[in-house]
Amino acid sequence: MSVNTLKIDGQDIAVEEGATILQAAREAKIPIPTLCYLEGVSPAAACRMCLVEVKGSPKLLPACHTAALEGMEVSTNTPKLQSFRRMNMELLFAEGNHVCAVCVANGNCELQDLAIRVGMDHSRFAYRFPDRKVDMSHPQFGIDHNRCILCTRCVRVCDEIEGAHVWDVAQRGEHCFIVSGMNQPWGKVDACTSCGKCVDACPTGAIFRKGSTIGEKERDREKLSFLVTAREKQQWTR
Amino acid sequence: MTRTIVVDPVTRIEGHAKISIFLDEAGEVSDARFHVVEYRGFEKFCEGRPFTEMAGITARICGICPVSHLLASAKTGDKILAVKIPPAADKLRRMMNLAQLTQSHALSFFHLSSPDFLLGWDSDPATRNVFGLIAANPDLARAGIRLRQFGQTVIEKLGARKIHAAWTVPGGVRSPLSEDGRQWILDRLPESFATVSLALDLFKDMLDKALKGEIDIFGQFPTLYMALVNSKGEWEHYDGHLRFTDSHGNIVADGLSEDDYSQFIGEAVEPWSYLKFPYYQPLGYPDGIYRVGPLARLNVCDRIGTDAADQELQELRDLAGGVPTSSFLYHYARLIEILACLEKLQILVDDPDVLSSRCRAQGGVNHLDAVGVSEAPRGTLFHHYQVDENGLIQKVNLIIATGQNNLAMNKTVAQIAKHYIHGPEIPEGLLNRVEAGIRCFDPCLSCSTHAAGQMPLHLQLVAADGQILDEVRR
Ligand code: SF4
Ligand code: SF4
Repeated sequence: MSVNTLKIDGQDIAVEEGATILQAAREAKIPIPTLCYLEGVSPAAACRMCLVEVKGSPKLLPACHTAALEGMEVSTNTPKLQSFRRMNMELLFAEGNHVCAVCVANGNCELQDLAIRVGMDHSRFAYRFPDRKVDMSHPQFGIDHNRCILCTRCVRVCDEIEGAHVWDVAQRGEHCFIVSGMNQPWGKVDACTSCGKCVDACPTGAIFRKGSTIGEKERDREKLSFLVTAREKQQWTR
Repeated sequence: MTRTIVVDPVTRIEGHAKISIFLDEAGEVSDARFHVVEYRGFEKFCEGRPFTEMAGITARICGICPVSHLLASAKTGDKILAVKIPPAADKLRRMMNLAQLTQSHALSFFHLSSPDFLLGWDSDPATRNVFGLIAANPDLARAGIRLRQFGQTVIEKLGARKIHAAWTVPGGVRSPLSEDGRQWILDRLPESFATVSLALDLFKDMLDKALKGEIDIFGQFPTLYMALVNSKGEWEHYDGHLRFTDSHGNIVADGLSEDDYSQFIGEAVEPWSYLKFPYYQPLGYPDGIYRVGPLARLNVCDRIGTDAADQELQELRDLAGGVPTSSFLYHYARLIEILACLEKLQILVDDPDVLSSRCRAQGGVNHLDAVGVSEAPRGTLFHHYQVDENGLIQKVNLIIATGQNNLAMNKTVAQIAKHYIHGPEIPEGLLNRVEAGIRCFDPCLSCSTHAAGQMPLHLQLVAADGQILDEVRR
């Protein structure tokens, strides 16, 4: 197996061929913020929080989806990236309807945590207050599109781990939303096995267990990568 | 020439309002109006939300008595789930409401109203507040502040936060009282009892002397009263049924269920105020005027059900020679209620159930239309939700205590104005009395219009043709 050597934030790092910049950085304990990235499923590069600068590239590149190549020089925390991440975060908040004070995920939300981490104290962009729906038709779970950031984690866990493929992304641009089945109420989609993996995967309060009230959302994120490891490597780690 | 005097904004109440006083050709007061000039539209933006969020949303209507909304909302939620909540949850919710009544009444009496009694109606407005009180009577001020803190801390011990605790949920509460919390309450109860008896002695003494006149002028008129009572006809704050009584102590209606509120409560609207005017439907508008809140609760019940509070209630009834009808006695009623709350807290804190973790029932959406009721510090609070089969809110109606006192507040202002105002000269202390008439009801305009803000003072004097002749602001 061949190995690539590269520099991340000035540090020399060697990784297996095929690893991404994010994997290389994580191995070297260099933090890169992520939101849509989820251990155990394929990367989507949807949220753009993990963008890094690579010497020689005019574009910012998503660390979760860019291979770590021989001789690369990567910067993960430049002033440009910092200001970009903050702006990106503001846009995520301005795009949906996030009323943290009454949200099931309040205090246990990756979007909230990341907003704090990138130093977002307010949004410079006007909130759009889009008119979005809440679907409570499923007997156990609910989805509140107001809080969805279109990270597609639910789409990927349902397809790649559970194999049910209940979720998809419909429409384009600002009209994008997550659909269940053929744009049916979630409770009407026969494919759904009610396994709850999407509840565990969702970084925000968009997908939740019914009956949960403010700040009561709990998730078992590690279960997802545990399942993948068990299936692919026949290793039961818990 | 007829004139109108407008007090805007009114101070030391929760919210924003103004008062207009209309003078007739002879310079005598012909009428007075208490306008609530804020609007928030909470009912509208609840639509489409899951009913499980309602406690959290409606609690944000107000930072003063969020617990009341949490309770009314959770009770409405219980009915949507169609569950009977565990006994532990019932007792824990009661504890929180008792703590809430205590802290809110302490705030009203010590921080907002006592400066008038103790420093004088005509004292300098700059120091006629809680800071002036601290300077003049530091021991009383400190005791009052600590009494409020006691109530706040009990709420915090139960719900993990002082304000907006998301602890009451449809089906019960999230967690029981901890052993530490129980001990803390037990340790602090004696001091709280001492404070309320100090305040009662002081206030009763003043009613005999300095404040004797106020009883007849500050909203002394007959109305109906409405409040919850329990199955024995005793004072109730959380459950039970609704009862209406009149100013002679007769029961006008009894055993009413909150579910039927729309059959006995009408809501009139006037173009000059955002605050609706609820009335007792069988008597029509405005004859169906009724009062809610501390005095109403004491007037409606046969007895309180605890020894010390019942003794105080008897003294109040003796003083009034029957049913106390003066709105000024709301202050007195608040102190008696604090005593009742402390006595009931004492009983509950000794009950092993409050430490039980069986405190939350689960259920699905089983009723699409539900009404919940509880007694807030300022009076009876109704939440009415209609949901679809998935539990999404289709319609919300909130009937708030302060709204139900709206007619009585207007009448009180008119009575005070008629007594003190003769002609165009309006001394400052007089404005203060008009405001104090409003403060008897401890109105919370944040809740009643579901509106926010702090209340400054604006008074206008208006001629018969509507022209504003004079204006005072502070
Ligand atoms: S999903 Fe997260 S950011 Fe959005 S409202 Fe809920 S807690 Fe706030
Ligand atoms: S529902 Fe949750 S997991 Fe799915 S796309 Fe939206 S935020 Fe991501």
